[in-house]
Amino acid sequence: MTAAAKTVLSALEMGRTMARMAHEITEKNPDCSQIILAGIITRGVPLARRLADKIKTITGVDVPCGSLDITFYRDDIQSKGPDLNAGRTDISHDINGKTLILVDDVLFTGRSIRAAIDAVMDIGRPGRIQLAVLLDRGHRELPIRPDYIGKNIPTARGERVRVKLSETDGEDLATVVEGA
Amino acid sequence: METVEKKFRGRHLLQIADLTADEIMGLLNTAYKFKDVSEREIKKVPTLRGKTIVNLFYEPSTRTRTSFEIAGKRLSADVINISTSSSSVTKGETFKDTVLNIAAMRPDAIVIRHGSPGAPAYAATIAGCSVINGGDGANAHPTQALLDLMTIHEKKGSVENLKVAIVGDILHSRVARSNINALKMFGADVTVCAPPTLLPHGVNALGVKVTHNIREAVADKDVVMMLRIQTERMQQGLFPSLREYSEHFCLSAKVLKSARPDVLIMHPGPINRGVEIASDVADGPYSLILSQVTHGVAMRMAVLYLLCGGAES
Amino acid sequence: MSNGILIQNGRVIDPSRGIDGILDVLVKDGVIAEVGKSLSASGAKTVDAEGLVVSPGFIDLHVHLREPGFEYKETIATGSMAAAAGGFTAICCMANTKPVNDNASVTRFILEKAAAVDGARVYPIGAITKGLKGEELAEIGEMKKAGVVALSDDGRCVMDARVLRHAMDYAAMFGLTIVEHCEDEHLVKGGIMNEGETSARLGIKGMPAVAEDVIARRDIDIAAYLKRPVHIAHISTRGAVESVRAAKALGTAVTCEVAPHHFTLTEKSLEAFDANYKMNPPLRTADDLAAMKEGLRDGTIDCIATDHAPHAKWEKELEIDQAPYGIVGLETSLGLSMLLVREGVVTLPRLVALLSTNPAKIFNLPGGTLKEGAPANICIFDSEKKWIVDPAEFVSLGKNTPFAGKELVGKNCLTIVGGRIVYNPSNL
Ligand SMILES: [Zn+2]
Repeated sequence: MTAAAKTVLSALEMGRTMARMAHEITEKNPDCSQIILAGIITRGVPLARRLADKIKTITGVDVPCGSLDITFYRDDIQSKGPDLNAGRTDISHDINGKTLILVDDVLFTGRSIRAAIDAVMDIGRPGRIQLAVLLDRGHRELPIRPDYIGKNIPTARGERVRVKLSETDGEDLATVVEGA
Repeated sequence: METVEKKFRGRHLLQIADLTADEIMGLLNTAYKFKDVSEREIKKVPTLRGKTIVNLFYEPSTRTRTSFEIAGKRLSADVINISTSSSSVTKGETFKDTVLNIAAMRPDAIVIRHGSPGAPAYAATIAGCSVINGGDGANAHPTQALLDLMTIHEKKGSVENLKVAIVGDILHSRVARSNINALKMFGADVTVCAPPTLLPHGVNALGVKVTHNIREAVADKDVVMMLRIQTERMQQGLFPSLREYSEHFCLSAKVLKSARPDVLIMHPGPINRGVEIASDVADGPYSLILSQVTHGVAMRMAVLYLLCGGAES
Repeated sequence: MSNGILIQNGRVIDPSRGIDGILDVLVKDGVIAEVGKSLSASGAKTVDAEGLVVSPGFIDLHVHLREPGFEYKETIATGSMAAAAGGFTAICCMANTKPVNDNASVTRFILEKAAAVDGARVYPIGAITKGLKGEELAEIGEMKKAGVVALSDDGRCVMDARVLRHAMDYAAMFGLTIVEHCEDEHLVKGGIMNEGETSARLGIKGMPAVAEDVIARRDIDIAAYLKRPVHIAHISTRGAVESVRAAKALGTAVTCEVAPHHFTLTEKSLEAFDANYKMNPPLRTADDLAAMKEGLRDGTIDCIATDHAPHAKWEKELEIDQAPYGIVGLETSLGLSMLLVREGVVTLPRLVALLSTNPAKIFNLPGGTLKEGAPANICIFDSEKKWIVDPAEFVSLGKNTPFAGKELVGKNCLTIVGGRIVYNPSNL
């Protein structure tokens, strides 16, 4: 760690936050059997899985859970160039008419979510799309508003928000690092 | 009239050696994702929205041209086909002038199929956009090799140490040359099989084993690739008759028995049933001929994405 | 001019008399008046050649001037001037023009055109057969009378051995040597480059070395049988060099020439598919290149000839199988040949012999010597001068060279033909 990293969510806080989000989802969607969770690759996927587990604990309903890759839908392909590491979109359930909840770790400009909505629309026609994010760091560039927020964290534009998850990074921790 | 924009710093795909092994693995990964896209109801992604791809074909080739066309369209690019019969080529315009004229319309990529080896390489020096070799003479056909690699990779998981036989007119085959390069890059053990008249003099330079006996070629192989034989070669005196050719080099069920039990049969098409491949083998359980075609679209999407996906480095 | 030219303090090399020393050369009335130390001549134009080599003018036995018929590629005038720029005082032009130089009227046309040019002398080579078809003998006697100095169907091989045999016999009556483009047409059909490992990898149709070997061998055998001379054009294979070496040992009147690109480049250059590397005979292997140097070193190869083959820019930009064969050579010959001296393959005097004295002897042409009384055909060159090849600066209309951008060492500075200075860009 070169720059000072400020912890915004400890492992414990992350667990509590996820539980709260799961409750909010069940409150807003009384019929949980209509929900499909779609985690945006990469870290949205384990987060979606965790929400599904918690929803099951709360309601007993097994909410289908899949992964959504947005590589081919990004609006910055031109500037960033091709990415040959696209993940696999794997949403095996029929999403038509369902409530599809997009799950991501950090909400920033909103551009990834725009891409994710387009990616979902090419798979089917959900009844509604909702958005769940662990952290909302602001600086939106598109009119996108999350339905479920783990935590709002005020950041400067140049700062970097880093979410580590035990499934992908060996530990649960969210930090903010000052930009270079 | 001179070159269009010397400034172009993007990439071309002229031969397998233009790609690193890592990039090819990335292309495989990407192509699998595009294969998923091709199996959806909406077989399209917006990735290359606003891009223009020109298919410039100097040889008839329904398969490759259609494959590139579908690939481009599934990426939301605009695809224009120019073939010799409908262009100024027949009016005697030089290749250079044709390329410059197309380039002046500012496409993002030109796919070139040409009977002359090196024609796409030359075009790449003047086009000011990405040039993709869609097959040039007997030189190279890199996208075919990539889709073949994908087909093998999908079934076998890895290419390393696989024993691969390529049977047929190696001398005139760009498919063979590009496949040999790609397969060797990933550690496959390649044997070529043909009558000596259909092997290049200096075949040792290809770094492959050579046999003239199809049974020997097929024995213990994981993959057998058959190549199309053209009657033109008979007229050139390279073999006496199709009947005699097929007697010695046709992949029949009987010949195939000596291969590994999970052997994969491939053919770049179009096939001559009963000449280089027996009908029952072409249609049989080991045949991946149609899978190759499916992978052709997915792999060409990956290649177009890699080359036209912006960010010149 | 009428008072002559006095070339002072140059390194005078005249292989015809074994001269190599710092001397003066006095030119008067179109001939060499004197070669010696500290000469003086009142009223003569003096040329300070200190640090330069004074040599009998180079003679190129193998040039394609393209006129008549292909004046957009080169004309007799531009070719002759390009030759002078390269240090040549005489060039022999091949017959594959349109119409073919297979009769006296074409020969006379070439000589008339050449006479009007203040450049290198032009000596036409007549066709062996009518229309280069390899069937009926051309009007050899008529052409001899009109001024041809040798006979060749160059560009094509005389495939019918019987026709070749008759040509050798018939030409002997006029003292003309047959120059053969050794290539079995059937073996090379449709070929673009040397057949071998590179062509196998690139999938380019090959021209096997054996196509040259067999014809060189055939021609040498026929020449030996008839006891007639034969000159092998642009030798390029180890096999052909070995055949010549063996034949010379047996006393056969065989001579041969090599083009600079065949002792400087190999088939590997074709990897970029650049048609400027497409020639016939094709660039061969490193082993063949080594054989060229061995042949130059031991005298098996008699002379260097450029096979200057100008083409329009657009023609070389065609697809590689459609682009014509050949490269220009007149203005790069010295720079490329000097490599042989720097690599120790030959001495500088020997190089001068390869470029001047020997070719003069092969076709029995004036020049190739600085003997008093000989025509004053002289070039003065800087053997150390480094320069970058820029085709745009060529005098030749042909810009088709694979050496563009390459640094060469050795450049001609001044050329005198028949006592007249025809090239002197830096005003020596
Ligand atoms: Zn020739």
